Amino acid sequence: MKKISVPQRNHWLARFQQSTHHGDALWSVLIIFASLILLALVIGIGWMLWQQSAEARIKFGWSFVLPTSNSTWDPDSGVFQAWAFVYGTLITSLLAILLAIPISVGIAIFLAELCPEAIRLPLNWMIELLAAIPSVVYGLWGIFIFLPKVVVPVGEGLATVFGQVPLLNSFFTGPIPLSGSSRLAASMILTIMIIPTVTAITRDVLLAIPNTQREAAMGMGSTRWEMIWQVLLPYGLSGILGAVILGLGRALGETMAVTMVIGNSLEATNSLLKPGSTMASLLANQFKEAVSQLHTDAMLEIGLTLFVITLILNLIARFLVWQVARRTPQEARA
Amino acid sequence: MTTTRFQELIAKNEAAHARGRRITNIVMLTITGFLTLLAIIPLFWIIGYVIYRGGSTINLDFFTQLSRPLGMTGGGVLFSIEGTIVLAILSCIFAIPPGVLAAFYVARNPNTPLGTALRFGTDVLAGVPSIVMGLFIYTLIVVPEKHYSAWAGGLALAILMLPTIVRTTEEMLKLVPHTLREASLGLGAPEWKTSLSVMFPAALNGIITGFLLAISRSIGETAPLLFTALGNEQYDIGTIIRGGIQSHQSLSAIIGRIINQPVDSLPLTLWKYAQQPYPERIDQSWGVALVLMSFVLSVEIIARLWVESRKRALQG
Repeated sequence: MKKISVPQRNHWLARFQQSTHHGDALWSVLIIFASLILLALVIGIGWMLWQQSAEARIKFGWSFVLPTSNSTWDPDSGVFQAWAFVYGTLITSLLAILLAIPISVGIAIFLAELCPEAIRLPLNWMIELLAAIPSVVYGLWGIFIFLPKVVVPVGEGLATVFGQVPLLNSFFTGPIPLSGSSRLAASMILTIMIIPTVTAITRDVLLAIPNTQREAAMGMGSTRWEMIWQVLLPYGLSGILGAVILGLGRALGETMAVTMVIGNSLEATNSLLKPGSTMASLLANQFKEAVSQLHTDAMLEIGLTLFVITLILNLIARFLVWQVARRTPQEARA
Repeated sequence: MTTTRFQELIAKNEAAHARGRRITNIVMLTITGFLTLLAIIPLFWIIGYVIYRGGSTINLDFFTQLSRPLGMTGGGVLFSIEGTIVLAILSCIFAIPPGVLAAFYVARNPNTPLGTALRFGTDVLAGVPSIVMGLFIYTLIVVPEKHYSAWAGGLALAILMLPTIVRTTEEMLKLVPHTLREASLGLGAPEWKTSLSVMFPAALNGIITGFLLAISRSIGETAPLLFTALGNEQYDIGTIIRGGIQSHQSLSAIIGRIINQPVDSLPLTLWKYAQQPYPERIDQSWGVALVLMSFVLSVEIIARLWVESRKRALQG
């Protein structure tokens, strides 16, 4: 009969096993450590940018990011005000999300409620593949195809229609450059890029609405559209709002495609049809060529601003999506 | 039965109202269909045009030659392909171990304070603009080291990949049936062994799909590399290795030379070439776009097909 070997009580392996619960204590430490690394990264990003941008923060204070009539960005004389870029980021992203909302919600309605089963999966994939195309490829296509073929005609149309309207005309002062490089171009490219994000979440929100809601609406004699417009959309509103905010977050941080089509002008004009800069595109263009420590610090502060804005937006979006998830429990249809 | 004029009017009005509702219904539903088509147009437009322009540029030299000075014909983007591979490998090395371990933690303890914080942190990290990660690594690594390097770029990409890896791994671990876990623990296996040799293999297919998606997304990223990997058109692993062997360097010294200098990556090259006013550079940037896009899209499609087929198989 084979003898079963039992480790000696005082054998080092036995002691090791006992003291660590057969290695489980080590395992716990390991996975907790990995989790802490991830958390440290999030905090570290904010902390590093805060620390490193100290000089610019102290020197310029809040006026760095607040609106000013003539925002200056002059590396040679060391005066930095980022309002032109904050404005560029905000106006391009807001316009992009305004354009993307109706399109994405429409697509989501089509995919979740109307689409024939046979083409649902391929359509879902195609929309999601839009998110997989690298942003430099969007930029390249934008420069050579989208800008001359689509943006320039649209921009000229906008300039003639809105160019004379009071209040709006400062946003539509033409003419748009021949190349098409403008804030409008950035917004339109961003629209295409955030459609997949907004669509996917909106579709999931719609799919999570219990079927009883649909049946009740149809039972009352409403048409399909009335059911969607008066029942489903209000029901999923906060989730859709969350989707919109996440889309906005993506648009704010998008760098490469925007840098390639926005024209990278430092001028602080209001017009959508003129070249401009966003916070991200300024970083992409100037960071490596910073002429002084203050210049670098100012750009790190722009990075910090970007980080804080996206952080807040994410908080709001997660909260809204979470609220929907809490309200619609298991009865949700597949 | 006779109807009064008033009743007739009401009936007429109702009929018109119902017709109006029907028309609104049809019009709006059709619009949603058109919007879907509208969103798909750019997809095919981009893919089609990149294949058309890139296809005429790509040849064997494109994959096997380093870049040549302007004015000379030919030349390729081998430096950039090698750089991309080095960056992808480095980012996997940096991102996968902590990502998977953290996913084990959060899958087991979703509601502890650390678990909640971790899920929240993952969400936040997923929303941080990629260029901010570049800035972070720049201040953290590049400034103290005083030079740009491949491994700094790999780290920046790793931070970008982490949220995807943690999330997909966590989802996949949660899908493993409880019975498997309990059986293993019941047989007396410790927690770590259950995690690594029962849970992990059972979830492996899905986890690898998550890795693939994370890698394909990070390969297409440019912004985090601008101030970390910088770009290097003279990069050639073959030369480095041959030189290293000739001068009898150790393996670690050779690897050090590979990862401790600036490298290019496909999107970075694309960006730099697209800004130059020379037609041959523009042509090459279309070629790079084709290589990059076909890689990213095929990984994406294969991963999705794989997930879909496994879902079908599981549903029977």
